[in-house]
Amino acid sequence: MSSTFETIANIIAETCDIPRDSITPESHAINDLGIDSLDFLDIAFAIDKAFGIKLPLEQWTQEVNDGKATTEQYFVLKNLSARIDELVAAKGA
Amino acid sequence: MRIEYFQLIDRIVDLNLADRKISSEALVPTASTIFEGHFPGYPLMPGVLLIEAMAQTSGWLVVAMNHFQRMPFLAAVKEAKLRTFVKPGELLSIDARLEHDGSGYAIVEAKIRVERKLICDATLTLRVLDFPNAEMEREMRDRAATIGLTVEAPADG
Repeated sequence: MSSTFETIANIIAETCDIPRDSITPESHAINDLGIDSLDFLDIAFAIDKAFGIKLPLEQWTQEVNDGKATTEQYFVLKNLSARIDELVAAKGA
Repeated sequence: MRIEYFQLIDRIVDLNLADRKISSEALVPTASTIFEGHFPGYPLMPGVLLIEAMAQTSGWLVVAMNHFQRMPFLAAVKEAKLRTFVKPGELLSIDARLEHDGSGYAIVEAKIRVERKLICDATLTLRVLDFPNAEMEREMRDRAATIGLTVEAPADG
């Protein structure tokens, strides 16, 4: 079974036409990969479907806008993977 | 249909929140200034307005699902196929189904038929945001009542 990172990297590569080998766990989806908010909706949709979750994009955006979180916490892919794992675990709890 | 005012949906025919589906009808007017340009001597309902009719029907579904708490805005149109010409005077039957209710967005599959024949279909992405102001919310509620969309109060009041 592929890791969470592998799954989201493949989703990003396919959804945004970004070379797969340029996507690393350290990549920032916005700053490094140039993904804008509309493209990220496609990614979120694919992630929601793949993992059976609902990425709380609005909550994350609000936290960033309020200065309570940084974009790195949610949009660096290793961190995004960790957030997804948490959501999957919470769903199964 | 008041085509020049972008009031494309005449009435909601069916709304099924459990199945996350809606059906609407829209009668293409027999005369409009739009047909003077699209096209001279051969009036056709513009394809972009067919897409808009699907988007408006999808929007009413999302509004109904969130009990009029938030407003959907068209953000992306995918896999749109305009299969057949639509002429003045034809009655559109529009169906939309919520494919995914995301955080701040919705994905909807929509179709238009005329006399059961599939005319067009698309996958639409809607951003779902707070109403930008009270006037818009009021206008949308009034419009919903006009087309027969029953808006229930949210369960938590």
